[in-house]
Amino acid sequence: MKTANKKVTAERLVRDALEKAKHFSDYNIFTFINEEGAILRAREIDAKIANGEKVGRLAGVPYALKDNFLSPDGETTASAHILGGFTSPVTATAVEKLEAEGAIMIGRTNLDAFAHGSSTENSYYGPTLNAFDRKRVAGGSSGGSAVAVALDIVEFTTGTDTGGSIRQPASFNGIYGFKPTYGTISRYGVVAMASSLDCIGFFTKTPEDMDLLMEITAGRDPKDLTTLPDYYNSIDRDSLGAACPSDTLRAALAKSSCSAEHIAPSESHRIGIIKDFDNESVDKEIRDALLKKCEMLKEKGCEIVELEMLSLKYALPAYYIIQPAEVASNLSRYDGVRYGFRSEKSADLDSLYNNTRNEGFMPENKRRIMIGNFVLSSGFYDAYFLKAAKARTLIIREYEKAFSKCDFILTPVSPSPAFRLGEKVNDPVAMYLEDVMSVSLNLAGIPGLTIPAGKTTEGLPIGLQLVGPRRSDKNLIKFSKELI
Amino acid sequence: MDIKREDILHLASLSNFNLTNTEIESLGRDLQGIIKYISQLDELDTDGVEPTYQAFEMENVWREDEILEQEASREDLLALTKNEKDNQIKVPKVL
Repeated sequence: MKTANKKVTAERLVRDALEKAKHFSDYNIFTFINEEGAILRAREIDAKIANGEKVGRLAGVPYALKDNFLSPDGETTASAHILGGFTSPVTATAVEKLEAEGAIMIGRTNLDAFAHGSSTENSYYGPTLNAFDRKRVAGGSSGGSAVAVALDIVEFTTGTDTGGSIRQPASFNGIYGFKPTYGTISRYGVVAMASSLDCIGFFTKTPEDMDLLMEITAGRDPKDLTTLPDYYNSIDRDSLGAACPSDTLRAALAKSSCSAEHIAPSESHRIGIIKDFDNESVDKEIRDALLKKCEMLKEKGCEIVELEMLSLKYALPAYYIIQPAEVASNLSRYDGVRYGFRSEKSADLDSLYNNTRNEGFMPENKRRIMIGNFVLSSGFYDAYFLKAAKARTLIIREYEKAFSKCDFILTPVSPSPAFRLGEKVNDPVAMYLEDVMSVSLNLAGIPGLTIPAGKTTEGLPIGLQLVGPRRSDKNLIKFSKELI
Repeated sequence: MDIKREDILHLASLSNFNLTNTEIESLGRDLQGIIKYISQLDELDTDGVEPTYQAFEMENVWREDEILEQEASREDLLALTKNEKDNQIKVPKVL
């Protein structure tokens, strides 16, 4: 990553990024450009450099925030009408950590409203266009963040991944996108979608940059009690236990599958491929790209292990029960009373809630909230929500079994490269099928990194997903360099 | 299962949506398709399997019951609404 120094100032880096953002404005990447704020911040950093003061590891590096990260710079809208006009008085922990190292936010990026979607077409502000073909989708939900890095506007962007929202747009735009182990980075100050699945991560151009951002942002946060002790910067397991303040958490960690051998660097490098994903519903060029990488790994001395993972077939239906249930709960807070949009045409309090929510949410938000309320309602809870929670256990066990046979798993990210704008937006189930290879990681809480793996004959990027056991994040990013 | 108009209205009321007639129809179709899709979970044998609600099997994580420094003041929070009066948030009549 290019950081500022005496010759190349932070102001220069920031102005270049702002210039590029303007140049690519027809891609609809940004919901807010932080021109004034970014330049002021750059001058502060340049003054420090000129005075010979210590600056951070990201000094003067321009970046962009997915618009569901809270900070007082610009409105945080989550690309949803119902949050229109909301400027946060608080700052997300991840943003604080990045800015403490000198990173400069030049803008907020477009997403599917509330991160509900796989194409960024569900944004209140319209779709973001794919970096390689403007007739195609950016992927989603973090579409704006992916395209901002792919078009080289900024060095990195933040994203959130509940079912593939970092990995799939990274794949559609030919860059790296990482969803860490659940609980690695604090979710404090990030608009909640489905709390047992939501992860914070990044888009970068190299694995080295990804590693640096993980080093900076990983770790426990008293403001998010689901965060894990900082394993990313410490491979010493004893210190993990000691750093862990709660007996309950310590017991949970001891019980969970993150054993020491998953933290220690692997020497054997056995790579699993999932037989069940090798079928005709997956684009042939993507399957070929996977085979090519496997050949490459074999030449480097890796062993390829074929895995049969039967329960993964049920990951998508389980996900589309658990996730909407959590969405329905998290999104009940948007009522038009305390912040954001309020429908003015209401005579009483009930109609204020009902009109605000009906006018403020996008169709996909409504589908998910209603499905969530359906699977949680009495009479259907056991058949849907409880059943899905049990399927989740089976999926976790299936991955534990798989990682007893291999160190990492390599799979496609999605069944096809970037699809055309409008192709799936009116067919919710077709859109959900986009997530068929990505959601099981969120259900199991395990990390996945999208790796660029060439292009189709039409020139569209192909991405592969490198998957590891819980808390193998550092080794996984390190190992991804073998695939370049 | 078949999703009827009254089911959609019931879910809309649980969700606090004042749906238009067009929406009742289109959401009816969409929800029918989605429920059909997620119902394939029926095929999976989950007998004797414990449910997982949180991937790391964490239970309640406690902290001391003490007042921490707040990032946002009362004034900051009230400034988020356009409907503030005398340190309160105004809403239409309740009854």
